[in-house]
Amino acid sequence: MTDPSFASTAISTEGVEAGLMRRLARSPSFMIGAVITAIVILAAFVSYFWTPYDPTAMAISSRLKGPSASHIFGTDQFGRDIFSMIMVGARNSIAVSVFSVGIGVIIGVPLGLVAAAKAGLLDEIVMRMNDLVFAFPALLTAVMLAAIIGPGTLGAVIAIGVFNIPVFARLARGSALSVLAREFILASRASGKGTALILIEHVLPNIMNTLIVQATIQFSLGILLEAGLSYVGLGTPPPFPSWGRMLSESQTLMATAPHLALFPGLAIVFAVLGLNLLGDGLRDALDPRLAGRSAQA
Amino acid sequence: MLIYISRRFIALFLTLVVASGVIFTVLEILPGDPAEVILGTQARPDTLAALRAKLGLNEPAPVRYAEWVGGMVHGDLGTSYTYSVPVSDLVKQRIWVSIPLAILALILSTLIAIPVGVVAATNRNKPLDFGIMGLSQFGIALPNFWFGLLLVYIFAIGLRWLPSGGFPGWSAGVWPAFRALILPAVALALPQAAILARVTRSALLDVLGEDYIRTARAKGLTQRATVWRHGVRNALIPVLTILGLQFSFLIAGTVIIENVFYLPGLGRLVFQAIAQRDLMVVKSVVLLIVAAVVIVTFLVDIAYAFADPRLKVRR
Repeated sequence: MTDPSFASTAISTEGVEAGLMRRLARSPSFMIGAVITAIVILAAFVSYFWTPYDPTAMAISSRLKGPSASHIFGTDQFGRDIFSMIMVGARNSIAVSVFSVGIGVIIGVPLGLVAAAKAGLLDEIVMRMNDLVFAFPALLTAVMLAAIIGPGTLGAVIAIGVFNIPVFARLARGSALSVLAREFILASRASGKGTALILIEHVLPNIMNTLIVQATIQFSLGILLEAGLSYVGLGTPPPFPSWGRMLSESQTLMATAPHLALFPGLAIVFAVLGLNLLGDGLRDALDPRLAGRSAQA
Repeated sequence: MLIYISRRFIALFLTLVVASGVIFTVLEILPGDPAEVILGTQARPDTLAALRAKLGLNEPAPVRYAEWVGGMVHGDLGTSYTYSVPVSDLVKQRIWVSIPLAILALILSTLIAIPVGVVAATNRNKPLDFGIMGLSQFGIALPNFWFGLLLVYIFAIGLRWLPSGGFPGWSAGVWPAFRALILPAVALALPQAAILARVTRSALLDVLGEDYIRTARAKGLTQRATVWRHGVRNALIPVLTILGLQFSFLIAGTVIIENVFYLPGLGRLVFQAIAQRDLMVVKSVVLLIVAAVVIVTFLVDIAYAFADPRLKVRR
């Protein structure tokens, strides 16, 4: 019982958690990011029960109206309320990025863990496969998928998800390697635990913080990518509102109705900014070693 | 060093082989017969069969793969199904839009990011640093296509300084063609510059903590000379790595930005090809883009090895 890493884990868990909460509460970027992210999630959630107007209801008499008291973000070329469309569009952005991060985590993390544990040929194969996926920008994957299954939400989710796999595989491998080198791993190996059990019981909990931080960053990237794919017509099909497609529809009307392009874009910036700030704050609090490193795509 | 380069080169080669295999296989699963796409569903069975034979569609898949890749190596990208012209002709017209755009954006983002990152680092934790870092958060969150739309609204529709879109071609003169690329390049460059500026700042802060910086100051070099001559030069290594990674995003970004500004580049070509189910174009252009990304990554790795002598020993 002289090993400090053994002694400290059991005793100070509560202290660590309290310290974490205090660090988070004191981090302005975490607090601002959390509030913004909460607003976006809330808007998506509330849109299931209530929106100011029906987001698909067309009203030709009130088309292309600028922002006013009755339509705070104005109306589009069919008289639809832009604020309501943005609320419903938030669902789409959140769903696509949640599922694509899910794909990345579910496939990438086990790959990375196994690569770390079984060094050698398997490790080499997994890492070279990662390089290969890195060579395909998510947009190109989406382009090929669109050519096969037709443009749509599924194609966007798969394309962004595939792009996320190597991100999580690399991260899991790198952090797992450093955990596997620690002494308590040797201790549990000596006590007869198998590799799989060690990975699940000891490595995974220890790299969780790093994974959570990266997931936050990938969420924000997912929202940006989804918007880009919808903008070029490879994302969510009409009539379901999506922020990216609202922007592409606004393009021809820019000269007469700039508000059509302004608000969906602001919604994207707002959501992405919130998640990035949240991720930065989380990283500084959870993983002080990484503090100061910038968000990387 | 030579061993390192040749190992990287083999990896590059293998990546390209596997990537071309993936692209070929993925597009092979596609339902529908290219001959039917060309002739329409009303075509007579014997003309369809004749065209299939002419296109080589009756050959087994491995043979067609070998022919496609073999052709690519010799600059033959196949024949477009819809236009019935060599894909390489279509690419040749458009590559002179996409590549200048990507390079212009890369230069712009570097020219903006490095000085801004240096200023932020040298004013660490002062209002100027907080201001720059705050702005860069906005820059990272900015979708380049939306930023492009805003630029069109301000500089083309509002101020009428620059064209809102389209491309006159380089034959119309260098200046009109260049003018058409300014707004798209700025739209691409600024969000990238935001990321790069943050990387420059943190890389420089790491370097400025090193002992040799204190030595340089102690031997009487001014702060400014120390930062630029010893600091920035050493901070460039991580910056270069990120720059290489960004190239892949830049290429993808170019594809989208071409749609914002109606530029006849590779991106527009791919999207038209998808709409027309012109698989030969999709296949060859996607492989070209992937090859560009892989080769740039390779070059960056090599440059990295030259810039960082420690890498000569490792790997």
